[in-house]
Amino acid sequence: MTELSKSGAAVGEPTSTSPAPTSFLEVRDLKVHFPTDDGLVKSVDGLSFTLEKGKTLGIVGESGSGKSVTSLGIMGLHTAGQYGKRKARISGEIWLDGTELLSADPDEVRKLRGREMSMIFQDPLSALHPYYTIGQQIVEAYRIHHDVDKKTAKKRAVEMLDRVGIPQPDKRVDNYPHEFSGGMRQRAMIAMSLVNNPELLIADEPTTALDVTVQAQILDLIRDLQKEFGSAVIIITHDLGVVAELADDILVMYGGRCVERGPADKVFYEPRHPYTWGLLGSMPRLDREQQERLIPVKGSPPSLINIPSGCAFNPRCPYADVPKDNVTRTVRPELAEVGSRHWAACHMTQEQRERIWTEEIAPKL
Amino acid sequence: MSEDKAVTTPAKSDGATLTKDAAPGETLLKVTGLQKHFPIKKGLLQRQVGAVHAVDGLDFEVRAGETLGVVGESGCGKSTMGRLITRLLEPTGGKVEFEGKDITHLGVGGMRPLRRDVQMIFQDPYSSLNPRHTIGTIIGAPFKLQGVTPEGGIKKEVQRLLSVVGLNPEHYNRYPHEFSGGQRQRIGIARALALNPKLVVADEPVSALDVSIQAQVVNLLDDLQQELGLTYVIIAHDLSVVRHVSDRIAVMYLGKIVELADRESLYRAPMHPYTKALMSAVPIPDPRRKSAKSERILLKGDVPSPISPPSGCRFHTRCWKATEICKTTEPKLTELKPGQQVACHHPENFEDQAPQDTVLLTMAKEAAELVADEVLAESAETSAAVAAEVAETPEAPEAPAIQEAAESTEAAEPETGEK
Repeated sequence: MTELSKSGAAVGEPTSTSPAPTSFLEVRDLKVHFPTDDGLVKSVDGLSFTLEKGKTLGIVGESGSGKSVTSLGIMGLHTAGQYGKRKARISGEIWLDGTELLSADPDEVRKLRGREMSMIFQDPLSALHPYYTIGQQIVEAYRIHHDVDKKTAKKRAVEMLDRVGIPQPDKRVDNYPHEFSGGMRQRAMIAMSLVNNPELLIADEPTTALDVTVQAQILDLIRDLQKEFGSAVIIITHDLGVVAELADDILVMYGGRCVERGPADKVFYEPRHPYTWGLLGSMPRLDREQQERLIPVKGSPPSLINIPSGCAFNPRCPYADVPKDNVTRTVRPELAEVGSRHWAACHMTQEQRERIWTEEIAPKL
Repeated sequence: MSEDKAVTTPAKSDGATLTKDAAPGETLLKVTGLQKHFPIKKGLLQRQVGAVHAVDGLDFEVRAGETLGVVGESGCGKSTMGRLITRLLEPTGGKVEFEGKDITHLGVGGMRPLRRDVQMIFQDPYSSLNPRHTIGTIIGAPFKLQGVTPEGGIKKEVQRLLSVVGLNPEHYNRYPHEFSGGQRQRIGIARALALNPKLVVADEPVSALDVSIQAQVVNLLDDLQQELGLTYVIIAHDLSVVRHVSDRIAVMYLGKIVELADRESLYRAPMHPYTKALMSAVPIPDPRRKSAKSERILLKGDVPSPISPPSGCRFHTRCWKATEICKTTEPKLTELKPGQQVACHHPENFEDQAPQDTVLLTMAKEAAELVADEVLAESAETSAAVAAEVAETPEAPEAPAIQEAAESTEAAEPETGEK
């Protein structure tokens, strides 16, 4: 991994040698690699971002782009599982409120997990234990971090269930997960993850398994709760509609790396990476007139074992030949500032991208 | 089976196969009163204690050459409907006619010749392909089952199909696990197209795929329809995808069609409150509209159980406009506007169908609290405008109802305030 360790520091980004974190959450050059029989899977390969309290970061990308691995990395859940020699190899720095998590003692991290940072998983049916009641599971999460008796903890559980909009919380608290509908299970899981008032909430595809009407309810709930608790939220999804609803900042991932990051408005209205254009073009939209045809990204996502050399997106990029000297296939582009708080990793010049976006892409969307 | 040459050369618009062909626009599939109840059995004797009313009285038709989109939440019976019209399930009641032939209770043998004309694309490209067969075997299976030998042999035809769906014909001998999700879905599509079917029922064909791949498959389905003159029934829960692919759209709720309309009319002016709520719930990929949250209609709670569906209109337990009549009388699916059928007593964007009924149900009052005032005001306005318009034209069938409406003006029923 040493040959990679210097590549993540990007222009306009904090370098991995500067120790003082200024933001609430700061991820620096995070790498998560998994050794397998077929080779090293570079799920996350040099990711850096920051997040302030009360703000929401949306991470978008296709399956296998490293979104979920990033979130599990922040939660410290990769090292927790022991797969013999198959342990994930993690490097980089994760600063949460002044504490570096990767080098911290596992017991230290355990104290933070659930209290300072917590997570909402995609599939509530597999994330909740079928053998315990919803109440027992919330009580457990609360009592690990608070020295209270069971009665007080249960009162707190009922209070949280009520807060997330479960009807008759004092009765439902004794139900088992299978007695809840999909939307209610997701609410229960949100209640569980918020029971300790975490400062950082990571929601990994929180609504993907839900119907649109329920999705709308859950998104509303997350937004309201964030306002109420002032937490920092990372929302991971492949649905650009969901990030547009919730996120202040958007980070687009491709092949384990960030290809574009910036304020939501910029990423949607002035995207500066061909992959972001592809995502916007692939999506049928209800708020626009009917498009004649969608503009898909050709090909399929790259293998994380053999990430294409140069720009990982080059085999699928329609503009791969715009920069001279075949540079897209040999040199990996670094994130470069393209506007205020807006970065993109592309070899094309600013002017070229601006022209292609305004003349060729934007009119077709 | 000698005149089955159409398999090799897909003709334009409609392949000249088998018996008679429906010309574009003619009814290909007609469904009347279709029902499917799954029995719930309990106890030692396995006595039936109830039934899941998965599909409970559907009437619609599919015209040759068009795409009918079917949307609804999970559990509304859309997939069951797909399996009923392809006769993978035996209907409990009602009638399914394909090209004028009653196929409702045909046996396995009776259905076999029709299997050539009706094909299905499944949702999950991982479980719908046999992992032990090569894709050559998978795509070639329909020919073997039907005893059809295409011109040039099965292998050549399979390779042609692979290239039609955008796969490399040399991958003939590979196994499904060697392909990505999007490619597997293409294999499923190639298999469905093998016998040059007339009707393809696609159950959530793109929902398991990534956005960029989803767009590829949507475009592929579109191209194939134009080239081969296929008729599609596309079942999906994603409203933006359905709008993109469909000519007409049926919205289902708890085993019933609540609205069936042309794409344009449905998306521009949905008439059933459920359609309206469903459409407003779709997150719009536009951060500048974040502030426009008030347009959203949040439905209360979950879909009721199809084991004991609510009386009257099935949506009344979550509807913000529900009145007494909704609880007692089931609204019929009627064509209120040309090309737009709706089953509702108090439709949106149209005059009220039961204006004399003004007592709101308590749950409706609760539900209305979740609906922003702007939405209510706007819906009242448009409904009043339409009602006034209709009142001027004497041949409107609902004219007497309008006069009654004028007499009763109740604050709780803003639709009646047109005078």
